[in-house]
Amino acid sequence: MEVTEAIAIDHGLKKEEFSKICELLKRTPNLTELAIFSAMWNEHCSYKSSRKHLKKMHTKGKQVIQGPGENAGVIDIGDEDAIVFKIESHNHPSFIEPYQGAATGVGGIMRDVFTMGARPIANLNSIHFGSPQHKKTRNLLRGVVKGIGGYGNCIGVPTIAGQTTFDESYNGNILVNAMTLGLVNKNKIFYSKAAGLDKPVIYVGSKTGRDGIHGASMASATFDDKIEEKKPTVQVGDPFTEKLLLEACLELMADNSIIAIQDMGAAGLTSSSVEMASKGNLGIELNLSEVPCREEKMTPYEIMLSESQERMLIVLEKGKEEHAKKIFDKWNLDFAVIGKTTNSKKIELIFDNKKVAEIPIDLLAENAPIYDRPWKKTKLPQKLKFDKDEFKTLKLSDCLKKILSNSNISDKKWIWDQYDHTVMGDTIQKPGGDAGVVRVHGTNKAVAASVDSSALYCFSHPLTGGKQIVCESYRNLISVGAKPIAITNCLNFGNPEKEKNMGEFVECVEGITEASKYLDFPVVSGNVSFYNETKDKGIKPTPTIGGVGLISDYKQMLTMDFKTEGNLVYVIGKTDGHLDQSIFARELLNEKKGPPPTVNLFNEKNIGETVLDLSRKNLIESCHDVSLGGILTAVSKMCIKGKKGIKINSLKGLTNKYEYFFGEDQARYIVEIHEASLKKVKEILSKYSVHFDELGTVNGQSIAYKDDINLSIEELADAHKYWLKKYIDN
Amino acid sequence: MRSSVIIFPGSNCDRDMDVALKKFGFKNQMVWHNDQSIPKSDLIVLPGGFSYGDYLRCGSIASKSKIIKSVIDFANSGGLVLGICNGFQILTETGLLKGILQQNKFLNFICSNVFVKVKDKQNKYFKDLKKDVLELHIAHNEGNYFCSDDELKSLEDNNQIAVTYCGEDGTENETTNPNGAIKNIAGIFNNNKNVLGMMPHPERMIDKYLSGEDGSLFFKNILDNFK
Repeated sequence: MEVTEAIAIDHGLKKEEFSKICELLKRTPNLTELAIFSAMWNEHCSYKSSRKHLKKMHTKGKQVIQGPGENAGVIDIGDEDAIVFKIESHNHPSFIEPYQGAATGVGGIMRDVFTMGARPIANLNSIHFGSPQHKKTRNLLRGVVKGIGGYGNCIGVPTIAGQTTFDESYNGNILVNAMTLGLVNKNKIFYSKAAGLDKPVIYVGSKTGRDGIHGASMASATFDDKIEEKKPTVQVGDPFTEKLLLEACLELMADNSIIAIQDMGAAGLTSSSVEMASKGNLGIELNLSEVPCREEKMTPYEIMLSESQERMLIVLEKGKEEHAKKIFDKWNLDFAVIGKTTNSKKIELIFDNKKVAEIPIDLLAENAPIYDRPWKKTKLPQKLKFDKDEFKTLKLSDCLKKILSNSNISDKKWIWDQYDHTVMGDTIQKPGGDAGVVRVHGTNKAVAASVDSSALYCFSHPLTGGKQIVCESYRNLISVGAKPIAITNCLNFGNPEKEKNMGEFVECVEGITEASKYLDFPVVSGNVSFYNETKDKGIKPTPTIGGVGLISDYKQMLTMDFKTEGNLVYVIGKTDGHLDQSIFARELLNEKKGPPPTVNLFNEKNIGETVLDLSRKNLIESCHDVSLGGILTAVSKMCIKGKKGIKINSLKGLTNKYEYFFGEDQARYIVEIHEASLKKVKEILSKYSVHFDELGTVNGQSIAYKDDINLSIEELADAHKYWLKKYIDN
Repeated sequence: MRSSVIIFPGSNCDRDMDVALKKFGFKNQMVWHNDQSIPKSDLIVLPGGFSYGDYLRCGSIASKSKIIKSVIDFANSGGLVLGICNGFQILTETGLLKGILQQNKFLNFICSNVFVKVKDKQNKYFKDLKKDVLELHIAHNEGNYFCSDDELKSLEDNNQIAVTYCGEDGTENETTNPNGAIKNIAGIFNNNKNVLGMMPHPERMIDKYLSGEDGSLFFKNILDNFK
């Protein structure tokens, strides 16, 4: 078949891109070659709209062993231990087929991590759905949660934390971001850079089928009315095979047989082979007749584009084939030598003894298009002037109950009860806390991880929003007693060809960069998901930050539950009462305008270090950061978790109680202090010149504030715990 | 006390079990499903996980695996065989234990702490156990125990019900039953009480930093009774 411009456009390429391909090749590509170009040049694989801006990110730090550009980032956590981690999106497939879309998202990210030689030790996820009232939401939520559980539970990796939000902007495009952390000896990390000539290229794992063809192209386009037709582009996962693949790969990695290894993720065999060759500055020759296929009469085109799951490509030391095959035989997995490395600097494909494609590698990788897309700055909205008289009609206790049962604040136990969060026997902080924590097996260390995003803030002012999520991640780690080390990010945005969306992306990245630089909290891995748009309606900008921190002695981990009657409760950090963009403004005043809370990076760092210092000196009994919903929401969660109440002191002077209790100012923590520690705590707070308020005392079985609030813990728990379950059962 | 943990493809609590057994002083060995025989043992453990991907039916393919004949012979000669979660499912599939494990009543996977009541202490697992109610942990999708009326009667008559789901105070009712199991059954014995299958995972509850530490009592008690 003669390849025409129309066929190229069908493959998601632009007219100009097709001309460029013909020009670079000095001929028209055949259909297989066109497919390879379309897979490598699409947004998902080439980062063509984002690359220019991602380059500016802060990616270096003392503890960074590997930054962006590999299968996952790697950080040093002392001794010989390193943590490999990354977050990735699987948004488009999950909307079309929630169970398989979410499941294979989890499978894909775990492969990215064990490809580097690490055993996965924790999974996290950040999932975002349309309005609860939207007809698709309930089933999408059920399917996604089942899919995440179905895959992670089977592999036997605990899911230790997550985030779930609802917003109408996700009605046509849900977001499913999955994150995995793995543990590796820092001297035994495996990379994807091929090296050496004539080395055997090995295919291992599942057989190749026709599933997932054009998956990466689908993730690089917007949705229309015909999305149901895209179901065949969703991959089907088999966690059992992945578990075998994990064990087999780790077994083979125990010696020195592997030169390079890469999982076959988006764009399958195409992107894995091209990436390994490109990084090693080599050529690669593949005999596609040797690829283990699940279906009959698969063509080179299909083999190269298939996104069948649970497959790996390995460049092996010569002579190690038999040794490697034995291991894969033991685990009942396919093993085939399908090619070799060459010095041609081309990818050459053979099928039925005929050469069916030949493309210089640099055309696919370095010469892939880069766009400097036009973008528009978002102005900081004007701060609103609230009519405080209107507040007076609102009863504080009613406001609190309403906020606690808000879909984005309410307890998500129904979700994480379906995830195995205790397998591997090292989970010391389960989902539902500020961050999940797992021990580094057999040591005194523990690793904390959290996922965060704030689409409302990012939508209102992307630059501030970008900064805010990095700070939120930082705070969540500190709240469990961990020193923040590094982050991974999943940048979910609308259509980059629209100036507004592109501007949201550019400014969020700028915000993330500024904050991560200031807080010495570098980005070590990540992924970009554009085109989250259906029929012209895009999502709110939703960059997700996955933060990782270290607790050097796990016995010093903090939790948020109130511990002991009579202990004092402090708010560390200053409360100005910023209500614009708060849950209070939305839920109770129906006000959606105004700027997000200001982010002051100096305060964020200084206050964070203060709290960390307090926790290292064992001076605080419990800790929780103040975020969505403000002080009252945070303190209610501490009451519910600890099954203990609080008596809140009268506010000073002219402070407006609504602003004080529900304002969403940044850089604040609530801590519980034993009286015996008070003197030392005050010394440290004064040393760092940190503002604090004496909020109250742990007391009784209710939350009480003057005559305004007297709610029992059961009432709080009722409001907080049952929204989601009721919603699902309806 | 010597123990062996069998690893099937898809087992995923094998390491956790190994860690727990060794922590309390068992001399534990890991045994691969394709091995012909099991090293000399006083206790064989079938760990949790998804043996053979739960294909066909949970535990079904493992019950036909190469190693399983040795496990059955060992059990029939009076050796202690413990099946946790998927291990329990395998034991029902081999016929060593009665009944079956169906999908949970509410059709969801459940990962949660539970309380179980120890129903019988005339056996080598629970004899002289200091507590009557243990806090353990479940993580399963198919833990809803079911058997025929006749089987249930014989389980009851022979005191073969090992542990039942209950509240912290020992109350057994519908609200303390997480998965719909008949009579709140969380674990049962064979007729001789040397084979125990149960859904809860004691190996996940072995120190105070985890979800709890009642699992420790369980392992220590087996050792104490062996001495």
